[in-house]
Amino acid sequence: MNLTLKIWRQKDSNAKGQMVDYKVSDISEHMSFLEMMDVLNEQLIAQGEEPVAFDHDCREGICGMCSMYINGEAHGPDRGITTCQLHMRMFKDGDTITIEPFRAAAFPVIKDLVVDRSAFDRIQHAGGYISVNTSGNTQDANATPISKHDADEAMDAATCIGCGACVATCKNSSAMLFVGAKVSQYALLPQGQVEAADRVQNMVAQMDLEGFGNCTNTGACEVECPKGISLDTIARMNRELMKASI
Amino acid sequence: MALDSKVPKGPIKDKWTDYKNKINLVNPANKRHIDVIVVGTGLAGGSAAATLAELGYNVKAFAYQDSPRRAHSIAAQGGINAAKNYQGDGDSTYRLFYDTVKGGDYRSREANVYRLAEVSANIIDQCVAQGVPFARDYGGLLDNRSFGGVLVSRTFYAKGQTGQQLLLGAYSAMNRQIARGKIEMFNRHEMLDVVIVDGKARGIIARNLVTGEIERHSAHAVVVGSGGYGNVYFLSTNAMGSNVTAAWKIHKKGAYFANPCYTQIHPTCIPRSGDYQSKLTLMSESLRNDGRIWVPKNMDDVIAIREGKKKPTELSEEERDYYLERRYPAFGNLVPRDVASRAAKERCDAGYGVNATGEAVYLDFADAIKRYGAEQAKIHNISNPSKEKIYELGKAIVEAKYGNLFQMYEKIVDENPYETPMMIYPAVHYTMGGVWVDYNLMTTVPGLYCIGEANFSDHGANRLGASALMQGLADGYFVLPYTIGDYLADDIRTGKIPTDSPEFDEAEKQVKGKIEFFTTNKGTKSVDYFHKKLGKVMWDKCGMSRNEKGLKEAMAEIKAIREEFWKEVMVPGGANEMNPELEKAGRVADFLELGELFAKDALVREESAGGHFREEHQTPEGEAKRIKEFQFVSAWEYVGEPSEAKLHKEPLEYENIEVKERSYK
Repeated sequence: MNLTLKIWRQKDSNAKGQMVDYKVSDISEHMSFLEMMDVLNEQLIAQGEEPVAFDHDCREGICGMCSMYINGEAHGPDRGITTCQLHMRMFKDGDTITIEPFRAAAFPVIKDLVVDRSAFDRIQHAGGYISVNTSGNTQDANATPISKHDADEAMDAATCIGCGACVATCKNSSAMLFVGAKVSQYALLPQGQVEAADRVQNMVAQMDLEGFGNCTNTGACEVECPKGISLDTIARMNRELMKASI
Repeated sequence: MALDSKVPKGPIKDKWTDYKNKINLVNPANKRHIDVIVVGTGLAGGSAAATLAELGYNVKAFAYQDSPRRAHSIAAQGGINAAKNYQGDGDSTYRLFYDTVKGGDYRSREANVYRLAEVSANIIDQCVAQGVPFARDYGGLLDNRSFGGVLVSRTFYAKGQTGQQLLLGAYSAMNRQIARGKIEMFNRHEMLDVVIVDGKARGIIARNLVTGEIERHSAHAVVVGSGGYGNVYFLSTNAMGSNVTAAWKIHKKGAYFANPCYTQIHPTCIPRSGDYQSKLTLMSESLRNDGRIWVPKNMDDVIAIREGKKKPTELSEEERDYYLERRYPAFGNLVPRDVASRAAKERCDAGYGVNATGEAVYLDFADAIKRYGAEQAKIHNISNPSKEKIYELGKAIVEAKYGNLFQMYEKIVDENPYETPMMIYPAVHYTMGGVWVDYNLMTTVPGLYCIGEANFSDHGANRLGASALMQGLADGYFVLPYTIGDYLADDIRTGKIPTDSPEFDEAEKQVKGKIEFFTTNKGTKSVDYFHKKLGKVMWDKCGMSRNEKGLKEAMAEIKAIREEFWKEVMVPGGANEMNPELEKAGRVADFLELGELFAKDALVREESAGGHFREEHQTPEGEAKRIKEFQFVSAWEYVGEPSEAKLHKEPLEYENIEVKERSYK
């Protein structure tokens, strides 16, 4: 198929960016979206132009590196997937596709489609861990039974890949789904109880400091989340925060 | 230099404990005067960085991704082995040790493997304490599954995302130390050389991938945990950025590179669909428990299927060749990974591949659906069930077992594997070879350590399923933090290592020179052009089976590609900015050297062992044939051209295990 691409180009974080039009032809419907981008880049290199910079790594939907806003949707027009898992069969010959970076005040653009998501790391530094030394001299792994229900729910929250689709999608650029997922994972496990109050307070404080917006319960983040993280995690985070402050 | 593995004396079960009791320690007050650099933040690097920081060392950690959490350990699916014997099914440290040595086709170092098995149980305790949500049973205790043809259930798992959860555990331990200021984290940085001062590793040269700035970082010791080199094949299940650069740079500065030819090729991956393909996706090998592998018997059917004139489901039983069941009646579709992979290649080379590229075989669940359906009908007391009812009941069982894999397949291939057989083909996904290390995980350069997939130590010629995660965490959490203290104990009075020495000047000059070349060379071909070309030679001649003629050709061809690369490569963009093409160019330059050493290693190893299959060395039944005189580690010393690398042998002795032949008939 032949396509027109409208892509955000920006030389570096200080430069002014703009949308630039490109044409690609003979795109196979079996290609992944990023393979289509590879084709465009090879074409640009052959013409002596600079290829489009974009983040990507595992290309199997787990590393959380890829981050494109395609036709107005984080990770494009399909559900439960990352950009690298999007396939060209979702598009038609002759389509025009708009490709932008994940936009948020807390995610400044580094170059083209690459954004700086280190705010997520700093939120984790504030409390995204259990304070246990890695000496191996902890108690036996089976010493504390954990209800299967809680363990499974903790796992569901823990599957967050930290891609930032929730932030890019939210009209308020809120990171609450991301923070809620991490808080929930630990809140559901007995190991996480000791530091629970400090954790949620510190992580939320850092989240605010980074300039993420608030949650107004529209639920768009849940729809676009490639890992199906539930809005319940935000409710749990709020409950934990309330509990911590009384 | 003679190789000294530094394996301590004494009975195997006491070696590690006795050794730990006797090695030198660094007093906590002195640790704060000692700096350690860790390159790579996957399971090995991440766990090492966290633990070293916790002990009190000043750690600088480097990752090319934008966060340590994205290292490719994250993509491991199945699980992690540990000799906990929670199931009471006879597992023990010795049995895990035995399985690992045997699985490695008797080409790994006994003492290292025993230690790995010994610390494996601690890993699970540690990870649970960190909040890793492993799967549990209804009683609230940890669940296990069996994996890869062993006789016990010792694999711990977190859905199909065990690697992700373990990496996030190590990342959380790192976060705690970053918050304490004990780890300085350098994201989007790539190590481009190691700096050796007075024979010791004392720092690295790194490039800031955002600004392009070349930075000098000094330390008292350098730890490389940069993963495997499967991307030398261009197509593999590795991440796009996975590379050999850190490991290869230290090799060129004196670290021996061991057994590069030991590569694992996994049989159940999604086939390539065209020349644009950028990477391959692996599906858990558990699929072979229920799927039957076949290709058409008649070439007419192959052609008709490729042209879309016939569907595989239209072929009768008599028109199908279930070649694994035919060749290996006892093990059938459950033969080991290497055997299954080679058999698929044999059929496709003979022209029976079922997709447009000619590189695919069928993995068919129709029989499993029928079998499970009939079983369910009986269980639910349904007499004379209709065909449709059986299909419906059977499909539900298959979906419960493999639903997520079927969904992943459907997303990529756009075919419903419940209705038409899946297509699979083998792909490169793990490299057992790597930088040679002694018992302390130190390379042949003092103060330079190598851990995880990047080293060669524990898996011999073939790795068992669910053992990669175990090794990465064992090295990082429990082995290196002890052994590195023994070395650093001599450095408590050294003081900060200056970065303005001639050694740093020289290393930086070399790095800058290469970048300057790439950004100014007036070439005509992109980096990927060369990478793909290299990958094709590697796959065709150093892939699932190898022979003398092909390997000699490969060496010459890779050299020729390398020479062309240095003339014709074209890298757009500048040095002082984010430039992904420049990053790729440096990595491919190193793959082009490693590839040649790989072929040479495979040529010299005139036997078949594990992932290394030499066509000249097979049993009359076509199985891998080990040769006693090759019971050694090939450790290569860099002396200039890869083809001239000098071979050092570390003999392998087995005192606690009997060396046997593998058989699957």
